Amino acid sequence: MIITDIILAAVSGGIICALAQLLIDLTKLTPARILVLYVTLGVLIYALGLYEPLYSLFGAGVSLPLIGFGANIGRGVYEAVTNEGAIGILSGGMTSSSAGITLALVMGLTTALIFKSKSKRM
Amino acid sequence: MKKSEKLELINKHSPHTRCVKNFCLAFIFGAVICGVGEGLIYLFSYLGADERSSPMLTTLFFIFLASILTGFGLFDVIAKRAGAGTLVPVTGFSNAVTSEAMDSKSEGIILGVGAKIFTVAGPVILFGITAGVVYGIVLFFYYLFSGGIVVSF
Amino acid sequence: MKRIIKLDTTVSIISHAAVGGREERLGPLGERFDFCDTTNLFGQKTFELSEGEMGRVALNTALTKANLSHENLELLVAGDLQNQCVGTSLGLSSFGIPFVGVYGACSTCTEALIVLSSIMNTGEHIAYGGAVTSSHNCSAERQFRTPLEYGGQRPPSAQWTSTAAGAFVLGRDAGAPRISEFTIGKMVDGATVDGTNMGAAMSFAAADTILSYFDESGASPFDFDFIVTGDLGRVGSDILCDIVSKEIPGFDRLHADCGLLLYDSKTQDAHSGASGCGTSASVLASHFLPMMERGLIKRILFMSTGALMSPSSVLQGVNIAGIAPLIKIELESTKKKS
Repeated sequence: MIITDIILAAVSGGIICALAQLLIDLTKLTPARILVLYVTLGVLIYALGLYEPLYSLFGAGVSLPLIGFGANIGRGVYEAVTNEGAIGILSGGMTSSSAGITLALVMGLTTALIFKSKSKRM
Repeated sequence: MKKSEKLELINKHSPHTRCVKNFCLAFIFGAVICGVGEGLIYLFSYLGADERSSPMLTTLFFIFLASILTGFGLFDVIAKRAGAGTLVPVTGFSNAVTSEAMDSKSEGIILGVGAKIFTVAGPVILFGITAGVVYGIVLFFYYLFSGGIVVSF
Repeated sequence: MKRIIKLDTTVSIISHAAVGGREERLGPLGERFDFCDTTNLFGQKTFELSEGEMGRVALNTALTKANLSHENLELLVAGDLQNQCVGTSLGLSSFGIPFVGVYGACSTCTEALIVLSSIMNTGEHIAYGGAVTSSHNCSAERQFRTPLEYGGQRPPSAQWTSTAAGAFVLGRDAGAPRISEFTIGKMVDGATVDGTNMGAAMSFAAADTILSYFDESGASPFDFDFIVTGDLGRVGSDILCDIVSKEIPGFDRLHADCGLLLYDSKTQDAHSGASGCGTSASVLASHFLPMMERGLIKRILFMSTGALMSPSSVLQGVNIAGIAPLIKIELESTKKKS
């Protein structure tokens, strides 16, 4: 059911974001550390075999937060090691996350060439 | 004045972050992004993308959107309220990459944009990939010793 | 230890100018600034150049008001927040005036006035000297915090670096507000590594200077119309009043903070107030000195406050040190300036 899936994705994604907000406000974790923490956590969740069941239940709620980015790296490593052996340890992570990283970098460069930083208002 | 007295004064007079408000806003913005994302997954599947591609296309869509919003100077206005609501989804990653690139444009394309684009993206990619390598090593030795799968070098 | 140094010749602020950006224009003092550029760019390509241009415009305006040209200035003391004080050299090098660069983080304004007035006190042949201080929100954010377009949240204790510059022309006019005494600040441990709570880190240095000044001079705090601090903001001002009021009852009624005067806390989202070395310079030039010239106030203690840190020291977890140099500005003759 599409409506139920959207609600499940929204609620789970919202909770993941709100937990990160709590970590920022209550601890000394800076936003950059939160991002690193969530990506690493994503790899761990995939390694423990928890990502696939979570994704089939929550969909975009777990794939859009950086946990999904980490899980993607985990899946790449899993598939590469299974199919190619030792070399997959090194090739897997980059292969599966390449689309996201490449788009972010190319968009970053393109946007920077077109736009200028503006002075900020309060 | 002792350091403990100073810390006491700082704690007494420093206002507390409005945790409840920030928590709710992060939840709302995160929920909207993920809800829309789920809708997009359905849309891409409907348009013929397979099970693996549709969430990836959704992720790419949000990377694209966040970069464009950053270019128009709108992302930071939204993120000021949304906090982790826009930081934790890939939008935050994309914004970090684009904002660093835009900011260092005045220092040149190669050593300005080219080097500083990785300021926030670098740690995320580095530790994500390193975690992947650790997982790969564990997995490799698991296969090796369980003997379930013949591993090749 | 004696820390008060008295100037025995007349060194007075004969002219001054305040220049700001958009947020400063919208603040309560906006009307009294000599010039505000609502684009914050001052016609320049980069924000670093904008900061330099802002300082240049401020000095030119102050010179024009005094009917002087830059050739009359025999000495220039200036500083800003950028790496290696480059904001100042970008804007002021074309004047060709002998120059001393100073850095005291946000305390630079008072520091520059101290250095300039004491040199003029010794070198009595110097008729006119200039002091300029500037800070730019965009160049400071880029250097100390995050890119401008980065989507982050500022905690409530954070302050907003002002886009402002103040310029002062010092001369020998006995009828103008005179710098008669100063106390050089000590570097005092701010007890925090938090770069978003600089007001708190600076408040201890401010308290040290104030208490030392009144202890040594024996003056009554109520001889002064205002005891002005630079950019302690809400948090730092509260801590300062808490400490000093124990020794000097009623101190909070005399205390004014430039960081709280520059923006409207109701309509502008500056959190704890303004910061940056342009804050105290522009508020002194647009608010306190005009009040003195109109005869509304006669004597103030003016103390810019600085948080000594660098982006590396914050990442390395080293405590911020605060510093607060102080000058006494007074009107000696009752003759009003025409």
